[in-house]
Amino acid sequence: MLNRTVAPPHHDIQDITLIRPDEVVFGNGLKVFIFSAPTQELVKAEFIFRNIFDGSENSLIHTCTSHMLKEGTKTRTSTQIAEEIDFYGAYLMPEYSFDQTALTLYSLNKHLSAVLPVVHDILNNASFPEAELETYIRNNKQTLQISLQKNDYVARRLFFKNLFGGSRYGVIPTEEAYDNLKREDIVALYHKQVQPQNCTLILSGNITGEVLKQIQELFDIQWQNTAEVNRVVTPEFPVFVPTTVVEERPDALQSAIRLGMPAINRVHLDFPAVQFVSTLLGGYFGSRLMQNIREEKGFTYSIGSAFASLQHTGLFTIATEVGAESTQATLAEIEKEFNILRETQASDQEMTLVKNYMLGSILGTIESIFSHADKFKAVYFCGLDLSYYKRYNEIVRNITATDVQQIANTYFDYDNLLKIVVGKIN
Amino acid sequence: MINYQRFTLDNGLRVLVHEDHTTAMACVNILYDVGARDESPDKTGFAHLFEHLMFGGSVNIPNYDTPLQEVGGENNAFTSNDITNYYITLPSANLETAFWLESDRMLSLAFSEQSLEVQRNVVCEEFKQRYLNQPYGDVWLRLRPLAYKEHPYRWATIGKELRPIEEATMEDVKAFFFKHYVPSNAIMVVAGDVTFDQVKALAEKWFANIPMRPKPERRLPQEPKQLAPRREEVYADVPVNSIYIAFHGPGRIQSDYPVMDLLSDILSRGSSSRLYRALVKDQPLFSEVNAYVCGAIDPNLIVVEGKPLPHVDMAEAEKLLWNQLEILKSEMMKETELQKVKNKIESTMVFAELSILDRAMNLAFFEALGNADLYNQEVDRYLVITSSDIQRMAQEIFIPENSSTLIYYAKEQKHAE
Repeated sequence: MLNRTVAPPHHDIQDITLIRPDEVVFGNGLKVFIFSAPTQELVKAEFIFRNIFDGSENSLIHTCTSHMLKEGTKTRTSTQIAEEIDFYGAYLMPEYSFDQTALTLYSLNKHLSAVLPVVHDILNNASFPEAELETYIRNNKQTLQISLQKNDYVARRLFFKNLFGGSRYGVIPTEEAYDNLKREDIVALYHKQVQPQNCTLILSGNITGEVLKQIQELFDIQWQNTAEVNRVVTPEFPVFVPTTVVEERPDALQSAIRLGMPAINRVHLDFPAVQFVSTLLGGYFGSRLMQNIREEKGFTYSIGSAFASLQHTGLFTIATEVGAESTQATLAEIEKEFNILRETQASDQEMTLVKNYMLGSILGTIESIFSHADKFKAVYFCGLDLSYYKRYNEIVRNITATDVQQIANTYFDYDNLLKIVVGKIN
Repeated sequence: MINYQRFTLDNGLRVLVHEDHTTAMACVNILYDVGARDESPDKTGFAHLFEHLMFGGSVNIPNYDTPLQEVGGENNAFTSNDITNYYITLPSANLETAFWLESDRMLSLAFSEQSLEVQRNVVCEEFKQRYLNQPYGDVWLRLRPLAYKEHPYRWATIGKELRPIEEATMEDVKAFFFKHYVPSNAIMVVAGDVTFDQVKALAEKWFANIPMRPKPERRLPQEPKQLAPRREEVYADVPVNSIYIAFHGPGRIQSDYPVMDLLSDILSRGSSSRLYRALVKDQPLFSEVNAYVCGAIDPNLIVVEGKPLPHVDMAEAEKLLWNQLEILKSEMMKETELQKVKNKIESTMVFAELSILDRAMNLAFFEALGNADLYNQEVDRYLVITSSDIQRMAQEIFIPENSSTLIYYAKEQKHAE
């Protein structure tokens, strides 16, 4: 007779095995990393540029330059670029992040040779037509109006503004900032930033000899540096003051709450341990915040906490949207959870739970060859290598409840959080 | 192309197995053939509330999530108007834990009062977060009852309103479970680092002794043909005017569904698409514009929507959208444009097969449509479409009598008019 009350035996969760890329450096200084798997007839090519800052950090010029890369070259209009890419079933996406700007191409192998020349043209001859810039500004201003009615968007905006002020990480879109965008500034930034020496190319998918040949033909000799690449400028951050900012919205049904602080990033030796504690606190469905504030109290649909790693700093965030009448009660419960984290040791059962959850979770992030490239990027751009994941797994496997409490007392202080509430504080 | 094998247990549970040993993970996807369309009109939102309760403990296992997380697994679920789908991914070494958990909650739930109480609140907060506390969040709460008068697609998955969720009782919950959560109404797909024999043995062990109960019969009211244009205008606390035009079209398995799907791709897929080019890029008329198909199983909606720029009044905006639809009706499209949208379908299908979870979900969904083989035939259904098919479809669908138009006026403008 089957005994359904007893769980089947557990088996150990293996470590992830990551693929090491082949590395090539082209004559023009372009660094190429290759992740090859012949399973699917797909290629992903990511041209990743370090964001160059040499003047004011606080403008929308970097995001705008990234978004407008596809909007025209000396010989192709925005329409022609879109038609050529779409016709071959490819995707070409500019992606902006705080530290890098990427132009990412996805294509079937059989159409790659047809779409690569478009990418080459964009990287060499993007023209940023004035009329396209006007469209960009007009539409983004209208989208901004809509976003500003969303409490979670407003909370996020206040959060970054208060955390990183006038620096590159504190850039806040405003109508005025959009109006201040000038074509000549965008063109100037493009010429400084979009250079082979400032680029890392990550190739993943079915990277055959033929694919490599096509890449080398277009992006080595035919792509020359035309400007010196500026050195890295370290941003200056405002002194962090853990204040409470409330934006009252009289009609709000829910309040958006966002708490956080600047924190260590991935290069710090404590980062994996800090991620462990954050996961235990609010990083998965079984976490303390989720169990308390959603599953016991029913105040919210979701609550979570996370550490993010940027090149020059890190940050810790807790975010949720709660019934307006539960705003104060939620803050009080979060404070309670911080105190428990600092004052009490986690049980063996909870330690095992979080460990296994994290080991399974990282194993599950490897879905395809593209995932191997993502794992590499996460460490490469902050100056680490794949051995980071070995250390990460070791720390997750070996961390003790005493370590957790010690980390909590070093890094998790409720009184030291910036607290943003958009909605009602009853 | 996804390879799979299948078997059916005596109690009617269908099981599909897709082996992929390039991953260290396994995924178990269980689709129950019940969605918001199976609710009674006075208890809307129930299928979705019920999905939350499936995580509140089962008859022999007080807590669903913890034992799964203890073996490195993750899970989630979603409810649509058509189906309710539950999925687990976990290291393949611990596959049996998924069978243990899923079979127990198919056998029976714990029916905990505390869980019902809390999940009623959680779902109400979800309702507020997604539908009420967002600009334009209530679009589907308005558009569905405008477009559908009889078919249960007239309410959204979240429900018509908060009240029936707040008032749900344990009797309701039990009745729903024993009617719909029966083996013969479920499809299980096991994918990843697993073998057919292993899955078969585990299914026999954990699922075979769940009692057989009849598959519920579905007798839904059919939507009568719409005969006149419908319209709703609201003055709302939104910053920008917005327009939505919904047209009735074929259901997911009808032969014309892919034609309608390509029609929406021609209109708005990618930055070379017609609406985006004509109304956003070539001339500054809209800040955003979009067209899409609701992938519903029963007769569907295709929606064209946009937000005009401040200098374009609503009457003009509406005319501009209709002009684009008229062009599709009057002019045969070029072969290259048709080839373009077909190429995009082909590449998207390849990308969709990257993750084992997506593969498992697709197999389950197409099995619910009738047969998982349909998934592997899907691309071919698109490749045979001709320009005249597209034109015929546009002529059938894009007529005023078949349209339901919803307009949001930003409140500030109310005074100006």
